[in-house]
Amino acid sequence: MPPISSDLTAMTLAEARDAIKAKKISSKELTGAFVKAIEVGRPLNAFITEAGEQAMLMADASDRRIAKGEMGALEGLPLAIKDLFCTKGVRTTAASKILGNFVPPYESTVTQNLWDAGAVMLGKTNLDEFAMGSSNETSAFGPVFNPWRASNSNANLVPGGSSGGSSAAVAADLCLAATGTDTGGSIRQPAAVTGRVGLKPTYGRCSRFGIVAFASSLDQAGPMTKTVRDAAIMLKTMASVDAKDSTSVNLPVPDYEKLLEGGIKGLKVGIPKEYRIEGVPAEINALWTKGAEWMKAQGAEIVEVSLPHTKYALPTYYIVAPAECSSNLARYDGVRFGHRASGARDITDLYEKSRGEGFGAEVQRRILIGTYVLSAGYYDAYYARAQKLRTLIKRDFDQAFEKCDVLLTPTTPGPAFAVGAKTTDPLEMYLQDVFTVTVNLAGLPGISVPAGLTETGLPLGLQLIGKAFDEATLLRAAYAVETAADFKHSPAKWWNL
Amino acid sequence: MSAAGKSKNLKGETGEWEIVIGMEVHAQVSSQSKLFSGASTEFGAEPNNQVSFIDAGFPGMLPVINEKCVEQAVRTGLGLKAQINLRSLFDRKNYFYPDLPQGYQISQYKDPIVGEGEVFIDLKDGETIKVGIERLHLEQDAGKSLHDQHPDSSFVDLNRSGIALMEIVTKPHMRSSEEAAAFLKKLRAIVRYLGTCDGNMDEGSMRADVNVSVCKVGGYDEFRKTGSFKTLGTRCEIKNVNSMRFIAQAVEYEARRQIEVIEGGGTIQQETRLFDSRQGETRSMRSKEEAHDYRYFPDPDLLPLELDPAWVEAIKQTLPELPDEKKARFMALGLGAYDASVLVAERELADFYEEMAKGVDAKSAANWLNNEVLGRLNRDGLSITQVPVSAAANNAIIRMVADQTISGKIAKDLLDIVWTEGGDPKQVVEARGMKQVTDTGAIDAAIEAVIAANPAKVEEVKAKPKLAAWFVGQVMKQTGGKANPMAVNAALKTRLNLPDEG
Amino acid sequence: MSVDKDTVRRIAKLARLAVPETRLEPMAGELNSIFQWVEMLGEVNVEGVPAMTSVEAQKLKWREDKVTDGGRADELMINAPESTDHFFVVPKVVE
Ligand SMILES: [Mg+2]
Ligand SMILES: [Zn+2]
Repeated sequence: MPPISSDLTAMTLAEARDAIKAKKISSKELTGAFVKAIEVGRPLNAFITEAGEQAMLMADASDRRIAKGEMGALEGLPLAIKDLFCTKGVRTTAASKILGNFVPPYESTVTQNLWDAGAVMLGKTNLDEFAMGSSNETSAFGPVFNPWRASNSNANLVPGGSSGGSSAAVAADLCLAATGTDTGGSIRQPAAVTGRVGLKPTYGRCSRFGIVAFASSLDQAGPMTKTVRDAAIMLKTMASVDAKDSTSVNLPVPDYEKLLEGGIKGLKVGIPKEYRIEGVPAEINALWTKGAEWMKAQGAEIVEVSLPHTKYALPTYYIVAPAECSSNLARYDGVRFGHRASGARDITDLYEKSRGEGFGAEVQRRILIGTYVLSAGYYDAYYARAQKLRTLIKRDFDQAFEKCDVLLTPTTPGPAFAVGAKTTDPLEMYLQDVFTVTVNLAGLPGISVPAGLTETGLPLGLQLIGKAFDEATLLRAAYAVETAADFKHSPAKWWNL
Repeated sequence: MSAAGKSKNLKGETGEWEIVIGMEVHAQVSSQSKLFSGASTEFGAEPNNQVSFIDAGFPGMLPVINEKCVEQAVRTGLGLKAQINLRSLFDRKNYFYPDLPQGYQISQYKDPIVGEGEVFIDLKDGETIKVGIERLHLEQDAGKSLHDQHPDSSFVDLNRSGIALMEIVTKPHMRSSEEAAAFLKKLRAIVRYLGTCDGNMDEGSMRADVNVSVCKVGGYDEFRKTGSFKTLGTRCEIKNVNSMRFIAQAVEYEARRQIEVIEGGGTIQQETRLFDSRQGETRSMRSKEEAHDYRYFPDPDLLPLELDPAWVEAIKQTLPELPDEKKARFMALGLGAYDASVLVAERELADFYEEMAKGVDAKSAANWLNNEVLGRLNRDGLSITQVPVSAAANNAIIRMVADQTISGKIAKDLLDIVWTEGGDPKQVVEARGMKQVTDTGAIDAAIEAVIAANPAKVEEVKAKPKLAAWFVGQVMKQTGGKANPMAVNAALKTRLNLPDEG
Repeated sequence: MSVDKDTVRRIAKLARLAVPETRLEPMAGELNSIFQWVEMLGEVNVEGVPAMTSVEAQKLKWREDKVTDGGRADELMINAPESTDHFFVVPKVVE
């Protein structure tokens, strides 16, 4: 039994679970500590909706279950939920004005799974509007600040995106763990730049039911946690076979935590040569090399592999994702829910004004791109071609996985950057996902593990990519990297003063 | 196929024109719940009461397909002798409209579930025409906007939203308003036989969009030969023609309008038009300032729809006998083509016929049904499902005629009695003494009475034996119609010494 | 394929987005730089390559034909900007 940390909020999910199980703490004590931390942490702007009161009620109910000996897998554990998951009776915004004061009369499958396991909801975290962004700066509720600052500066940095509220909340100890969604890197990139773990499961592993859709063929929910073990624990509960999602896969969900410590002796780790990209800082490539050495030292075999279509992944993504988004976001029309512009002359005017007022600049840009690439005369040149590229990108991975069990790459092309640094040129922002987006296009699982610090003390992550539905091996490999990296750093709590 | 094409042409100022018609029929799938949600499909519910969050396009909602709707589409495809595509795709058709909550309709665009098939239609002149089916696909219905409830607002009811439709698209193989109406009637009969659509046009379960074009004589044959649409005229689509009667009117009006435009030196613009049933005319729909661009793409919320060939085969095994097969079987029993096609037009009518024809002559049963039963139903404004005299009772009446228990005339009286008063025909015949008299004593007595009353006629008949029929009639009258006419004939011949050949 | 102001106006109309006149030109510029970047996909020979229509090799799940939903007209209306008697209300639509 690990010792109880003096600061309850600094515990890992596994530690808190074990402490509750051993009745060393109650859910109310634990939840109360986080409710307090969230209040103090308001300068980070990590939450759009705090649900402190409701959290205490849930904790109380949990304590009563515990007293009766009814323990769920996440009994009494306080979590933060990305505000893209619909939560029954709790405002859900997708960080957009267009959803107005939308209060879903239903619960997403993933969050329902968490509550069914006894977890407690602390609130809804900030994100890029409709999950479109890599810095959390497109949120209608303002940017989130990274808990980390460079050692030589007090400048506010971005927490990554789109799950920037969740990454900040985990890194700042405002929750034990959080949910995220990942369409092009939105779990892994923010986890990397906040020094924490982010897992994007295989497409189809977690139900998409009740998650506000961005790009349906790419979106996947996953955990954002302090440790790989916590990610394993969270995934076990978040994942399920859901009859309400046609793309939810009909496969059993293994007990990932049990499979974590098997070691990586004999595991074949692929290093894709195309991931050495010009312009990426030397310290990132050095960390990547170090990661390979760590794995080799634990008995893994390092093999070079080729993913020849890698450089086409981002442009392919920026056709497929906007196309799906342009269609998915058509339902926000001011008729049945959400923002409705006043003074419309007629129905078309109502649509155009409501959507013009309700969507922010990046969302509008993507809707326009998507509308264009699907429109008559352009479909074949753009969308149809992109879907074929996807097939080629997937084939690259299939071939690589004939030679190895997991792939090791950097997660991001750089550490957290300053708020406002990349907002003028969309292309520069899009490059944030250069290492992560291939995984979404191929539907594979990927995880980012904190592996080191830059010269100025900012966290960097390494990404592992697994075979479809083989999260068990992926987590085992990640656990090995985590152990070797022994990353124990936390941000200085500057907001706590 | 059709050599009688000429008669279908329309005369214009500058000569004859051929009409070419294709159709898109939207048939509501018979199912309990919607295509992608568990909300009910029942007609006539309170506003928005049969709507799930999926049908209303709420955030995070996802479609899950109803197996029954897939089965019904396959069943219909098999009934249309069409190709069943074992892999098909669902696409999104994107456009904005208040009764389209998702902002797109889930439909099948490039790869429909059913491919080419055929429907045979019988025309009044006895001609049979084959209409090619281009495809059948599954799609969601839209909701309904009510525009007449409020001066400044429209009201949206999503009860229909998400109900499964089969869109059945024909090739342009119809040549007249009669053929168009006959096609829809036949298609309706087929889906009703199959149980895949109730065909209720009043409730919107079946709606037709009619594509009409006109071309110079010979253009159609050229099209059939080459498959090229170049020799056909530009078509206009008339939306939502919702009754058999209106289809003929709409086609007729539209063809004449197009001929007038062309002969007046104009050209036909491909467009969508509405049929105004009150004015009996088609009208251009409010011209859209922008062309439609539906931006179809495969729905990423759904996977390809894959069918197991064994499953398709199993459905095939359960197909009922369809109108064409039934008609052929009826004709083999001795019915004429026209009688047979009338009987098979409605499954209920055909079933009724089959039951009442059990063990009796097919032709006389058909005559009885056509002349007596349908005549009375028509008179009373009833349908075959509301018939007051059961098929079994009719069968009993026909049997009594056949075995000479009653005469044909008495049979009609008997039907009238049970039609209005009910009762078992056999008991009625017994109770009311309607049995035919074959007792020669009674007949002889009647003959003597007639002879005694008409001595002059007796001489006439002896000279002209053909006049014996008059005597038969008198004897029948005397016996209140109950005498067996053949027995009367025979007895008269003997009594009056007439030659055998009468 | 270069996107101009009129193209932006046309796709904004299709997407039902009110883009202010003054934003059309800058938006055309932004879209152009993105489309120019995307042009690199043209380098790849995709002949004979099937389009990816689904990420997984799974068979589409079928639902039983049962009524399991509905009767929630009240719930449907709670987020509606305007409704009356269980109808959603929109400005009059002229056919
Ligand atoms: Mg159509
Ligand atoms: Zn249709």
